[in-house]
Amino acid sequence: MTQSWSGEKLAQAIEAFAAGATVTSNATDVWLEPSRIREVCQGLRDRPEFKFDLLSGVTVVDYIDHFEMVYHLTSLPMNARAVIKAKCGWGREEPTVPSVTPVWRGAELQEREVWDLMGVRFEGHPNHKRIVLWEGFPGHPLRKDFATYDQSLVPVENAN
Amino acid sequence: MTLKTEPVTINLGPQHPSTHGVFRFRVTFDGEQIADIEPIFGYLHRGSEKLAEERTYAQVVTLTDRMDYVSSMLSNQAYILAVEKLCGIEPSPRGVWLRMIAAELQRIASHMVAIGFLLQDLGTWGTPLTYAMRERESVLEMFEMLCGARITNSYLRPGGVFMDAPVEFLPVLDSFLSALPHRIDELESYLTGNEIIFARTKGVAVLKPEIAINASLTGPMIRASGIDWDLRHRDPYDYYDRVSFKRPLHRAGDNFARYWVRMQEMRECITIIRQCVEQMEPGPVRPSHDDVPYLLRPPVGDAYVAIEGSKGELGFYLVSDGGISPYRCHVRAPSFINLTLLREMLIGTLMGDLFVSFGSVDLNMGEVDR
Repeated sequence: MTQSWSGEKLAQAIEAFAAGATVTSNATDVWLEPSRIREVCQGLRDRPEFKFDLLSGVTVVDYIDHFEMVYHLTSLPMNARAVIKAKCGWGREEPTVPSVTPVWRGAELQEREVWDLMGVRFEGHPNHKRIVLWEGFPGHPLRKDFATYDQSLVPVENAN
Repeated sequence: MTLKTEPVTINLGPQHPSTHGVFRFRVTFDGEQIADIEPIFGYLHRGSEKLAEERTYAQVVTLTDRMDYVSSMLSNQAYILAVEKLCGIEPSPRGVWLRMIAAELQRIASHMVAIGFLLQDLGTWGTPLTYAMRERESVLEMFEMLCGARITNSYLRPGGVFMDAPVEFLPVLDSFLSALPHRIDELESYLTGNEIIFARTKGVAVLKPEIAINASLTGPMIRASGIDWDLRHRDPYDYYDRVSFKRPLHRAGDNFARYWVRMQEMRECITIIRQCVEQMEPGPVRPSHDDVPYLLRPPVGDAYVAIEGSKGELGFYLVSDGGISPYRCHVRAPSFINLTLLREMLIGTLMGDLFVSFGSVDLNMGEVDR
């Protein structure tokens, strides 16, 4: 059975190698400072007490006043899982977080998907482009303030 | 004297019989070799995650059918497990056994499609595909008995399944399971020892285990690289802790290994289904509507559940704000994430191997684009 790291325990363990990187934690999740995501992820992958070698998923939730990045990590040798989160983009200004693609290649397509559908920028991503929609698509459709519209009303210059 | 060649860039797709849906490659060939390749997709993007935010928890099941349409039972299962975790629903035992049977039948059907089309891509026009599709057809007929639908099943409900199996189902299942090992042997006797298939698939598009883990590959892809990671065994959901099965592994990481792992996994599906049928007891297939109403209102919170889909780790991340529809519904789609290493796999291989390697990833465009 896969063990899940408790948020408090994981926060303590993260503080031991990256002081000040965690914001808060609860029974299941840890919230990080968005600017230090990559540093912490590097530690979570390489340090022997974690060995999170597989990144299960990267996603983001739009909470209207801010965005919340969610990373699901899996450790194959320890058979463990953990969830780390980071709040970013307060006041709906352009949200930007460091890319974790240099740490886990598996984030490459998922971060492009997050940028495409939610409009979160990833600093240091090797190929920062849209993935399912076309370049020039107006807006980011998974955001809560995206108006679903009559497609026949799209101006011709934005149509592709 | 050496011949000088010019690199040529061509578009393959989106409409091409071997692209398993609408998928486009922009390939630069240097002679016969692939010098550069850029996968382009999104032609089947329907915004399922956005649509889920406007539907009730029960209605979203129909969207999950249409994500991976060759293994819709498994998509149903992943979504339903996430809803059950979010709401804290205790499922009915008979419903759980029935959905495990349905899930394993679906895995057989999905692997049959993967193998059939892989061989189609190898140039064995028609014959193995017909054999593979015959087995899939039997599975789809059983699904029709279970829920009235063949492909877009929507069979599962929070707490179990929506209808008990009819009395004719178990005899049909039994005769199918008795015939299947022989039919897999038959398929293998044509293919697994075939010299042409060896020549075309062994040592092509090799994935090293450490790179595969780092790129979040899962499922048969990672087991073909020699990593023993199967969520049914490592993190049992439903009643997978009450059944025993072997986990076929191959160390080569090439196209042949990915084909071989799928072939052997189908045999294990048969033993799992047999154990499910043995342990299944009569009873309700889902909790009553007083316990689990149609209109679910889960408490505020989030839940991530991952299952071993036919293509890899299939996960649903649901966020609830206490309302009747998910606030956010994210799908961790294995077909999509298994594409991460496509460039590395294909660069340097030959033109003729392109679609074979692509087929060995076993992806489904409905799930890639969602």
